[in-house]
Amino acid sequence: MTTLATPATARPATARATAPRRSLSRPLLYGALVLCALLTLLPFVWVASGSLRSLDEIRSDPGAWLPHHVTLDNFTRLFRTAGFGRFLVNSVVVAGLVVAGNIVAASAAGYALAKLDFAGKRIAFGAVMAAMMVPLSTVFVPQFVLTVDMGLADTLTGIALPGVALPLSVFIMRQYAMSVPDELLEAARIDGAGEFRIFFRIFLPLAGPAVATITIMSFLTSWNNFIWPLIVAQSMDTYTLPVGLAATSQAAAHVTDYGLLLAGAIVVMLPVLVLFLFLQRYFVQGISGSGMR
Amino acid sequence: MTTTISPGTPRRARRSRSSGSVRSSRSSRGARRTAVAWLFLAPFAVVFLLYTAIPTVAALGFSLTDLRGADLRHPFAVDFTGLENYLRLFQDQSFLRDILNTGLFVGVGVPLTMGLGFALAVALNSGIRRLRGVFRTVFFAPVVTNVVAVALIWQYAFNADGTVNKVLGAVGLAGPNWLDDQNLAMPVVILLGVWRNFGTAMVLFLAGLQSIPEDVYEAAALDGAGRWRQLRHITLPLLLPTTLMVSVLLTVFYLQVFDEPYLLTNGGPLGSTESMALYTYRQFGSGEFGVSSAASFVMLLLVALVSVVQFRLLRSRS
Repeated sequence: MTTLATPATARPATARATAPRRSLSRPLLYGALVLCALLTLLPFVWVASGSLRSLDEIRSDPGAWLPHHVTLDNFTRLFRTAGFGRFLVNSVVVAGLVVAGNIVAASAAGYALAKLDFAGKRIAFGAVMAAMMVPLSTVFVPQFVLTVDMGLADTLTGIALPGVALPLSVFIMRQYAMSVPDELLEAARIDGAGEFRIFFRIFLPLAGPAVATITIMSFLTSWNNFIWPLIVAQSMDTYTLPVGLAATSQAAAHVTDYGLLLAGAIVVMLPVLVLFLFLQRYFVQGISGSGMR
Repeated sequence: MTTTISPGTPRRARRSRSSGSVRSSRSSRGARRTAVAWLFLAPFAVVFLLYTAIPTVAALGFSLTDLRGADLRHPFAVDFTGLENYLRLFQDQSFLRDILNTGLFVGVGVPLTMGLGFALAVALNSGIRRLRGVFRTVFFAPVVTNVVAVALIWQYAFNADGTVNKVLGAVGLAGPNWLDDQNLAMPVVILLGVWRNFGTAMVLFLAGLQSIPEDVYEAAALDGAGRWRQLRHITLPLLLPTTLMVSVLLTVFYLQVFDEPYLLTNGGPLGSTESMALYTYRQFGSGEFGVSSAASFVMLLLVALVSVVQFRLLRSRS
């Protein structure tokens, strides 16, 4: 009896032993994740609520969580007096140039690296990989000298140019092109289509997801870029949003006009956050592409 | 050519012309193909040459001269000074301090960022079905935000009378003036770095976790391995390549850290948060292009060293 009973009782015992652990750990897990999520989101809440408070309210109670009276005064001051309209236009122009350049340069280069056979291919791919590793601070002095020499200092073109062919974009496009079956391109070749025709008619229409990822990644890089525009832009006329925001913040240091600065932070962050909410798949693909495989 | 083509039989000649000149036509086709491929590569190659390859070589050249901002109009008139800039660097107390500071960013920032990213990835990958997408979106959001904007929020929060101290005050603690304190500024700057980057680590770990087949876990569970043993004996070993990759990515990133200390503290108070990249920028700002390039080359060597070590480790694993 006892020998028979032992396994019979042992089983439910272990089952019971794991079952409560699970029901205990699951709420714990959710609790920890919710706590982490709230901590992650706190800065966004601060900036959103701060930007909607009046200057007097911020001065009298800088650390408050929620605005007593919601006002858009900070935003109107931002665009009327701090020149953010201009910075916004500059950022859009620079990002437009960068995105267009990346789509053209990276899709062509990525296609060649994945699908064409040619002398120097290994060297070309090695250069792409190496380029991803060169620190910006190593090259910005010569880049700046070059930009000055080309007469592009303090111009939007000068700000955009180094970013119009990002090695990461080429890498993402190459990884994507590798997955396109060779037979498809080979069939077109047998039908007598030239490489450019194949590229435009067959490859590009298939490359939608990769083009989307490249668009997002290069837009993000350009929009958030800080140190290079800071070096090249020398007047308010060519400031991009981050540089303008930093300049406004330094100018406002003595008066601590946080209302203006927080509204500025919203203007800088909001476009990317909204894009991210809708297109996060491509953001994640791009980040994964920076390190994976 | 002459041996294969027999003029008497035009038909055969035509055929043998095509087969006999295979080698030359193949090489000319190869040359053509290479030319076409390089046409495809041209837009990238031009930008790469202008903005990466030539500047890297130029930076090495600059670092061996006494180039100053004032010499910009005639950069070849400068004097070659050999390793003088490098000697100067390593006698400069502030550069040595900045190397240590950067080491602190790497030594504290990388493990914290990775640990948080890994823990969240495991949590999202194992227990959580519902809300997984929502959590992932939330944790990834800091990655896409602008550092200038976020640094402002951080200043606002860590001000003497900012939100953080308000919270501390609510539980009866008197908060310090975080960013003006030599011992507290660095932790706050690192915290900003961790906040901005753990989402990247999480996404990469998630991708790694999802590449581990489910049946490995099922087999282990059948053999009676609990959650912890599965984590220790399956997840961690199989995730090693991802872990290596993430650690190198973050190490390289933190080695070059600039935005966070520049924007939050401008390297202060008293240089306690100044990084190597900030040193480079400062030397550039004061017109010392030669010294700036030398400092940046020290950074490049460190980055290259880390990358080479990673490739070695990855190759020895596979």
